[in-house]
Amino acid sequence: MADRSPGHDALLTTGGRGATVELRDVSKQFGPAVKGTAGAVNNLSIEVPPGEICVLVGPSGCGKTTTLKMVNRLVEPTSGQVLIDGQDVQRIEVTALRRRIGYVIQQTGLFPHQTIGRNVATVPRLLGWPEERIRARVDELLRLIGLEPERVRDRYPSQLSGGERQRVGVARAMAAEPPVMLMDEPFGAVDPIVRERLQNEFLRLHRRLGTTVLLVTHDIDEAIKMGTRVAVMQQGGHLAQYAPPAELLTHPASEFVADFVGADRGLKRLSLMTVDDVELGRAATARLGEPVGAARARAGTASWILLLDADGRPEGWLSVGQLREDREITSELADPSSPIFTHETTLREAISRLLATAVQTGVVVDENGRYEGTLSLETVGAALRASAAESTNGAAVPSGAEPATERAQ
Amino acid sequence: MTPGEPLIRWDWIVRNLDVIGQRVGEHLVLTGLAVGIGFVISFVLSIWIARKPRLYALVTWITGILYTIPSLALFALLIPVTGLSLLTAEIGLVGYTLLILIRNIVGGIRSVPADVREAAIGMGYTERQLLWRVELPLALSVIIAGVRVATVTTIGLTTVTALIGQGGLGYFILEGIQRFFSTPLIVGATLSVLLAVLVDAALVLLQRQLTPWARATS
Ligand SMILES: Nc1ncnc2c1ncn2[C@@H]1O[C@H](COP(=O)(O)OP(=O)(O)OP(=O)(O)O)[C@@H](O)[C@H]1O
Ligand SMILES: [Mg+2]
Repeated sequence: MADRSPGHDALLTTGGRGATVELRDVSKQFGPAVKGTAGAVNNLSIEVPPGEICVLVGPSGCGKTTTLKMVNRLVEPTSGQVLIDGQDVQRIEVTALRRRIGYVIQQTGLFPHQTIGRNVATVPRLLGWPEERIRARVDELLRLIGLEPERVRDRYPSQLSGGERQRVGVARAMAAEPPVMLMDEPFGAVDPIVRERLQNEFLRLHRRLGTTVLLVTHDIDEAIKMGTRVAVMQQGGHLAQYAPPAELLTHPASEFVADFVGADRGLKRLSLMTVDDVELGRAATARLGEPVGAARARAGTASWILLLDADGRPEGWLSVGQLREDREITSELADPSSPIFTHETTLREAISRLLATAVQTGVVVDENGRYEGTLSLETVGAALRASAAESTNGAAVPSGAEPATERAQ
Repeated sequence: MTPGEPLIRWDWIVRNLDVIGQRVGEHLVLTGLAVGIGFVISFVLSIWIARKPRLYALVTWITGILYTIPSLALFALLIPVTGLSLLTAEIGLVGYTLLILIRNIVGGIRSVPADVREAAIGMGYTERQLLWRVELPLALSVIIAGVRVATVTTIGLTTVTALIGQGGLGYFILEGIQRFFSTPLIVGATLSVLLAVLVDAALVLLQRQLTPWARATS
C-alpha cells in the first residue's frame, strides 16, 4: 500500500492530452548581473511528465512566480532552457506559445469590460475559432465549472462572487484545451471553504482533461493535496526537493524542507491516504423490520449492531442491551449520529469527524450509499504505522514532536 | 449703457435670430475642430508615451507651458505669423486642449489594473491587441472625462476668437462691449454657457453608452 494523493490514479492512465514540461538548468537574474548578488532563480531543473500536477511551493519571494513565468516567456531566463514536449520555447513565436498555454493568476485578471462569455472566449477568439464553436465551448466550460451559462454568460465580472470569478479565470485558461496550464495561486483570494471546494473541483476536472499543470502556492497543505509532484523552493530560487507529496513528508531532503512541511507532517500524511488504504472492519448488521431475536443472535458478544434499510444503506447503530425481545426493529431505535465515509474520504477527514462525533466507529459506504465496512481510530492508526514502516524501511515514524535538527535528511 | 435702456431688448433678439443661429453654428465648428484636432494629436502622443514612459515628463512640461500662456497674449504672438485667420484661432484653441487630453488618455491607460494587463499578455495578446481591446476600452471613461473638460474649456475660450474675426458667440460679446449695448453681450454669454452644459451632458450620455460594464456593478 502506497501513500497517494486522492484522485490522481485515473490521470496516469488518461495520458495523451498533456505535454511534458522541462526546465533545464534555468536561472533568472533581474537587472544587470552583479557579482555576488543572488538571482531570483538559480540553476533550477524540473521535469513534469504529461498530465501531472507539479506544485511549486516555498516562502514568499523565493522565485515561484518567476519560474512559472519563464514557461510562457513573460520572463525570459538569463540562462538555461525551457522545453515543452522537447521543443525549446525560445523557438516558438511568443504569442503562439502563450495561446497554447493556459494562464491563471490569483487576482484573476478577468477583463472587467467584457462579459463572462467574452472573457472565457478570449483565447479561442485569438485563435480564430468559428463563432459557433466558440459559443458551444463557452457554454460547455461554464457548465463544467458549475455555473449556469444562461445565468452568467452575459454578466460582467463585477457581478460575480470572488469564488465564481476565480472559477471563470480557470475556465478562461482551459478554453482552447491547452496541453499545459500555469496557475499562480489560483485559489489564493477566496475563503478556506470556497478554496477547498475549488481545489476539489479542479482535481475532478483535471482527472478528465489530463492537462499538464504547474501550480504555484505558498500553502504546503495545498501543495500536498494538489500535487502529483511537489517542488519545494528556497530563497534565491534554489530547488530544495522535488518529489511526490508522500515522499516529501516521509523523507524531507533537508532541514529546510522538514521545517517547511511542518512538525505535523505525520498528520499531514493522513490527508494523502483515503479510506481505500485501510483494512475495513466488520460489524454485525440487522435489517429493518427484522425480529429482535434474530438480530441479537447475530450480534454475538458485540454490544452494537448496525441497522441497514432494505437497500443495505446504514440507518444507524442499535444498542443491543436496549432492544426489547418482543419487538420488531424500527429505524427510530437506531442512533444515526455515526459518521459516514466513502472510499474517497481522506483519513485526515475521517479522524477529525470521528473525534467530533464522539462515536468510535464510522460506517464506510460504496458509491450507492450501501454499507461496506467500518472504520475506527484504531484501524487508521494501524494503517498509518504500516505505511510509515513500509516507506521508511522499518524506521520509526517521526512523532512530529521531534526537533527538526534530528530529522534532517 | 444708456440710462433708461432695458437690460435685454427682446425685439433685438427676435430680429437677429438668424445671426444668432449662425454664430452658434460657428462656435460649434470652432470648438469641434479644436477638440477634434487636439484629440488626434493627444491620442498619438499618448500612445507613444505608453510605449516610452520617459517622454511623459517632457510632453506634459511643454503642453503645461502652452496651457499657462494667456489666450490674448497667445493670439497677439501668432497674428504676425499666421494673420487674422482660422489657423491662428485653431492653433491657440488646440494648444489649450493638449494638456488635459494627454493627461487623461495616459492616465486612463495607466489605470488599467496590472493583473488585467498581465493576463492579456499571458494569454497571447499582441501589443496592438492589448492596446485596442483592453487598455483603451478600460481607459474610456477617464478619456471621455478629459474630453468633457477640454470641450467645456474650449467653448469658453472660443468666445475670444471673435477678436481675430473668426465669429462665434464671442462676436456678440464684442459687439455689446463696443456699442455699450447689453443685449448681445448677455445673449453671447448665456448661449456660450448653455452650449457648454448641453455638450457636456451629451458627452456624459455617450460615456454611459460606451461603458456598459461600469453601470453593471451588482
Ligand atoms: N520584474 C522584476 N524585477 C526585479 N525583481 C523582480 C521582478 N520580479 C520579481 N523580482 C524579484 O525576484 C524574486 C522572486 O520573485 P517572485 O515573484 O518569483 O517570488 P514568489 O516566490 O512568487 O513570491 P510570492 O510568494 O511572494 O509571490 C523576489 O526577490 C523579487 O523581488
Ligand atoms: Mg508569486
